[in-house]
Amino acid sequence: MDNKRRKFLKMAGATVLAGIGAPAVVKLTSVPALASGSEQAAAGHGSGHGEEQRTGIRLGMVIDMRKFYGNEELLNQAIAACHAVHNVPEIPGRKSEIKWIWKTGFANAFVAQSQNLRSETVKNSQFPVLCNHCDNPSCVKVCPTKATFVNEKNGIVAMDYHRCIGCRFCMAACPFGARSFNWQDPRPFIKTYNPDFPSRMRGVVEKCNFCAERLALGLEPACVEACQGTGAMVFGDLNDPQSEVRKVLSEEFTIQRNAAAGTRPSVFYIV
Amino acid sequence: MIEKTLKGKPAYWIWLAILGTFIAIGWACYFRQYVFGLGLTGMSRDVSWGLYISQFTFLVGVAAGGLMLVLPYYIHNYKAFGRITILGEFLAISALVMCLMFIMADLGQPLRGLNVIFHPTPQSMLFWDMCVLWGYLLLNVLCGWVILTAERKQVPPPKWIYFFVAISIPFAVSIHTVTAMLYCGLPGRHFWLSAIIAPRFLASAFAAGPSLILLACLVMRKYAHFDAGKEAIQKMTTIIMYAVIINTFFFLLEFFVGYYSEVPGHIHSLEYLFFGLEHDGHVYNNLVPFMWTAALFNFTGLGILAYMKIAKVFDYRLVGTAATLIFLALWADKGLGFVFAGFVPNPLEEVTEYIPTLNELGITLGIWATGFFLLTLLYKIAVGIEHEVEA
Repeated sequence: MDNKRRKFLKMAGATVLAGIGAPAVVKLTSVPALASGSEQAAAGHGSGHGEEQRTGIRLGMVIDMRKFYGNEELLNQAIAACHAVHNVPEIPGRKSEIKWIWKTGFANAFVAQSQNLRSETVKNSQFPVLCNHCDNPSCVKVCPTKATFVNEKNGIVAMDYHRCIGCRFCMAACPFGARSFNWQDPRPFIKTYNPDFPSRMRGVVEKCNFCAERLALGLEPACVEACQGTGAMVFGDLNDPQSEVRKVLSEEFTIQRNAAAGTRPSVFYIV
Repeated sequence: MIEKTLKGKPAYWIWLAILGTFIAIGWACYFRQYVFGLGLTGMSRDVSWGLYISQFTFLVGVAAGGLMLVLPYYIHNYKAFGRITILGEFLAISALVMCLMFIMADLGQPLRGLNVIFHPTPQSMLFWDMCVLWGYLLLNVLCGWVILTAERKQVPPPKWIYFFVAISIPFAVSIHTVTAMLYCGLPGRHFWLSAIIAPRFLASAFAAGPSLILLACLVMRKYAHFDAGKEAIQKMTTIIMYAVIINTFFFLLEFFVGYYSEVPGHIHSLEYLFFGLEHDGHVYNNLVPFMWTAALFNFTGLGILAYMKIAKVFDYRLVGTAATLIFLALWADKGLGFVFAGFVPNPLEEVTEYIPTLNELGITLGIWATGFFLLTLLYKIAVGIEHEVEA
């Protein structure tokens, strides 16, 4: 087993034993984190510098672009891993495509940042983009049926595919273009079917779920696992000062996509 | 009263047959869409709302526009609108029926539509939109029917109905305000993220609704021996004129904010609508001809109305031309440009253009035809009662 991952899980276990951190549950990716059902994970209001944040577990991610520069193959692996695990169909053409995590240029990923005089590396590299699992998600606010909602136990912005009526209000509301709609039956376009995760039917919206189903089994998100050993993607509880993801955040300068929209994205980038 | 719809001249039946044909085509197209999914439309991942939602938005305005007849008559006791107020209420009914049909046509899972009621979500503006649309629909059915029944019996309407007439007035404002809030509360869409959307919607509604009623009056004057009266028509042209002026003013303010501040997000959609948006060496401009035609129609219609006021002339042909031009201009503004341009560019600043498919157009025409079918029947009843009372 990979050394780094071991450390990662061990650290999570140690946190529990030591009773560090307010909600005394494992916060990273092991089973008890999500199975133990913390009752303290309710949405309170932390006080930041003018930005209120949810308290309780809030899963998030740091994407270290330095590991992806010149290594687009790694990015392709992460995307392929996600799409294979979640039965994401490969529908040709822009019109009906479905994507949970995909790659795009800096100018597209970071529209609010200046594009002027960027380094050649930044200009010529592809950036992974996915649902930001915002702390204050506008998609959740607009959904008329609560088919998309924040899981209070871990901060994941989740989808109930069986309740979604397909009004696509969430697609209009998302400032990151993270959501896809099934304009037709997606099943004929699934290359190899993974029986462990449900495929979707036509007429519903879908997006990245931070691998909630894998977290419940003690596994890391598929994209993070695909980058194992590189440190390109670090995943964990943003509200736990001891977590690896917080360690990275406290050491490195990071940016978020379109932070001006006020949704408080949980995905950070080291560019 | 329904029996009034069963007797008519051949022209009446031919008109209904034409509408019926379009309704049948609409259902056939909807059946195809229902079986395959919304992939049969021109909508895409980037432009995720199309003609259905834009028609819905425009028609909410048409429904709210009836207020411009109800308000002067009931609140200001403006007698000249006595004969046509019912037309405003009946137009609202037909327009709202079309709105609800367009929403259903747009749902990916229409059979789950009731989830909006099973899982009520007050933080979603769509929930409130459903509440006010149904509320306004039921209010208009109630008020229209009770008042028309009283008129037929030649007795004054019961006093309690005025309570419902009174609350229908803020309801009319609310349907278009809440519909504007569907758009103007979304953080990532600069074109919609503007506090003037709701006022603009109302201003254009108060022109579009009365324009359509005016056209209906002209048609019925010619074919149904129903004369709304010169004074009523003239007053409606005044209302339309001012509403168009205010709407145009609001729209131009958007231009100022965009082009003077030079904040890119505020310019992109306007650029796309009127001049074509350049992106990666390609100019995207499929709405440009519609928007300039709309601008031309808007100002020509306004010019005709202003001319009639200033030169103190009155001509039914001029009134009809102006109302047609203004109705079409406002339709292009809200029924096409407003919704489509909000998606251009997308949140990743990529550009995808939207072109409706034939199947989608078939459904759209079918729903419009359903609305006009219903409107024809309702107006037939209203005019029939008027004639009965006069006889």
